[in-house]
Amino acid sequence: MTTQTMNMAKALNEGLRRAMERDKKVLLMGEDIGKLGGVFRITDGLQKDFGEDRVIDSPLAESAIVGTAVGLAIRGYRTVCEIQFDGFVYPAFDQIVSQVAKMHKRSEGVYIMGLVIRLPFQGGIGAIEHHSESPEAYFAHTAGLRVVSCSTPNDAYWMIQQAIEHDDPIIFCEPKSRYWEKGEVDLDNPPGGLFETAVRREGSDVTVIGYGSSVKTILRAADTAASEGTSIEVIDARSIAPLDLGPMVKSLEKTGRLVVVQEAPHTASIGSELVAELTERCFYSLRAPGIRVSGYHVPYPPSRIEDEYRPSVDRILDAVDRVMGFEG
Amino acid sequence: MIDGELVQLLSPEGERVSHPEYQSSLSGDEILGLYRDMAIVRRLCNESTSLQRQGQLALWAPVQGQEAAQIGAGRALAPMDFTFPSYREHGIAWCRGVPPEDMLRVFRAVSNGGWDPQRYRHALPVIVLGNQALHAVGYAMGVQRDGAEEAVMTFFGDGASSQGDVLESFVWAASFNAPVVFFCQNNQWGISTPSTLQSRVPLYRRARGFGFPGVRVDGNDVLAVHEVARRALENARVGGGPTLIEAYTYRMGAHTTSDDPTRYRVDAEVEVWKHRDPLERVKALLVREYRLKSAAFDEIVAEADAMALKLRDDVLAMGKPEPISMFDNAYSARHPLIEEGRREMVELGISGGAN
Repeated sequence: MTTQTMNMAKALNEGLRRAMERDKKVLLMGEDIGKLGGVFRITDGLQKDFGEDRVIDSPLAESAIVGTAVGLAIRGYRTVCEIQFDGFVYPAFDQIVSQVAKMHKRSEGVYIMGLVIRLPFQGGIGAIEHHSESPEAYFAHTAGLRVVSCSTPNDAYWMIQQAIEHDDPIIFCEPKSRYWEKGEVDLDNPPGGLFETAVRREGSDVTVIGYGSSVKTILRAADTAASEGTSIEVIDARSIAPLDLGPMVKSLEKTGRLVVVQEAPHTASIGSELVAELTERCFYSLRAPGIRVSGYHVPYPPSRIEDEYRPSVDRILDAVDRVMGFEG
Repeated sequence: MIDGELVQLLSPEGERVSHPEYQSSLSGDEILGLYRDMAIVRRLCNESTSLQRQGQLALWAPVQGQEAAQIGAGRALAPMDFTFPSYREHGIAWCRGVPPEDMLRVFRAVSNGGWDPQRYRHALPVIVLGNQALHAVGYAMGVQRDGAEEAVMTFFGDGASSQGDVLESFVWAASFNAPVVFFCQNNQWGISTPSTLQSRVPLYRRARGFGFPGVRVDGNDVLAVHEVARRALENARVGGGPTLIEAYTYRMGAHTTSDDPTRYRVDAEVEVWKHRDPLERVKALLVREYRLKSAAFDEIVAEADAMALKLRDDVLAMGKPEPISMFDNAYSARHPLIEEGRREMVELGISGGAN
């Protein structure tokens, strides 16, 4: 087993490189991704090595980045679109929900929409407005799309390659606040399938589920809870749509208590979906109602106060206390 | 309205018009072929309107008045070219070989597509205005990367010309010099919105601002459209980049069978365009220049009637799809929510049999 320590940004870069080496039909397209290497440097050096025809610096129009990727897919190419920031994906929303999501069905399986839309999402980097949003639920709600999120460098390295190889269109959510955190990457063996949930820490009292940036925050909360005598099982959903509920059900059958953590506001969110699905499946195992720890129902705040908006260790622990307070 | 910038090779009266840049080299047989195509598409359109009126189609988008624009462009395409239509391109679909009954599946509400786009090299209809223009440019970028000598043509109307996607597609096509021809049928009306509200300059002139040529052609003159389209496609195939063609034409009928144009346009305008009918001028040319007898036209009428009869039978035979088919091809691979839905439908007896 060959392992290497690298941060998530580098892991994504290496994953993209490997996918491009493997398949000549893989293209990258986005704003500033060539010479600059993208504003987060995820595509650093790839244009130099693969050329301007495969790493395409695009004009600044998100609908066109996605719309032309649809045409390229019809021609047999697999384009990885980089949307520079979460809050800039909305001009492409029409192409994503009206065309990308529906083409395979409309053509009765003839068109393969093997494209990946990379979306640096969630907050925590002290940015100005439109640079810290969590729009994953919009896409999860649309049939025809799949939505995934990585939380570690190892997942980032493997999941981006798996997403590129997959024949369905995939919204690939990257937790930008974790781009620079290092971890071990196993260069030989994938950690599992793209649409599989991962148990990050075993526990017996409360199941806490999150994805993207929230996973690490939950792990910190689990450390604190353990020192206070509460055992938290930490689950990384990884696949936001579809949800891989099996391991979550298994966990809840053990703990009977559920907390879901996300940066997005909770109305009509992935957290809502998780609580509903798991309540339906685990009703007799539950000893307390599932609780969502989310961003508040306000426009993303000025980032000087974003730490009070994003789920914190304290807010997660408060939710853990609340579910532990129910006696069932 | 029609000004000196318009490329016209055949007057409404069927007289040849000389043009300094464009000359048609089509033979009499080829012109008769174009006439035949236009007559069949008009018959197809009329039959479809009848089918809708009789409750057999959910909707129909008539193409009457635009036959020359579509047949001229459609017959200028080479077999390996690829086309990206909107929802009114029945004449283009006809030229690409799509069976008429397949064109009607969307309107019969039994499919959201209707044909195999790869087989006919004609993409499926796109209903959201202008989306397809970007698909065409992306496909053309793929053609470039493959080093192929193929052209891509996309179709939209004066209404869609206001959409951001169309304008973004102009930017992309210019920046990447994509082998694409934008074919805008300016039929003067976007449902009730006049083309004058879409643009204060003639639409073809927009191309210049984006950095590629724009041509306005008499969209009711099949010879002119054919020649202008042929040249633009050839230019694209050899690396000359994009062209915008504005086919200046008129939507003789309603926007769709749900529309009532008498509420927003005057009869006098329709009367003017009746005299510019795309079929009549070709017929006049064929009679005068090629001495065609009425038997030749009778043959085409009979052929069109036979097509319409078969079309009617085929449409009436299209039953309700199996409800469970809605789950097919929603995704390319296993998906738990698809399996869940399919299982529920079978268990509740809504649709028979596992699929």
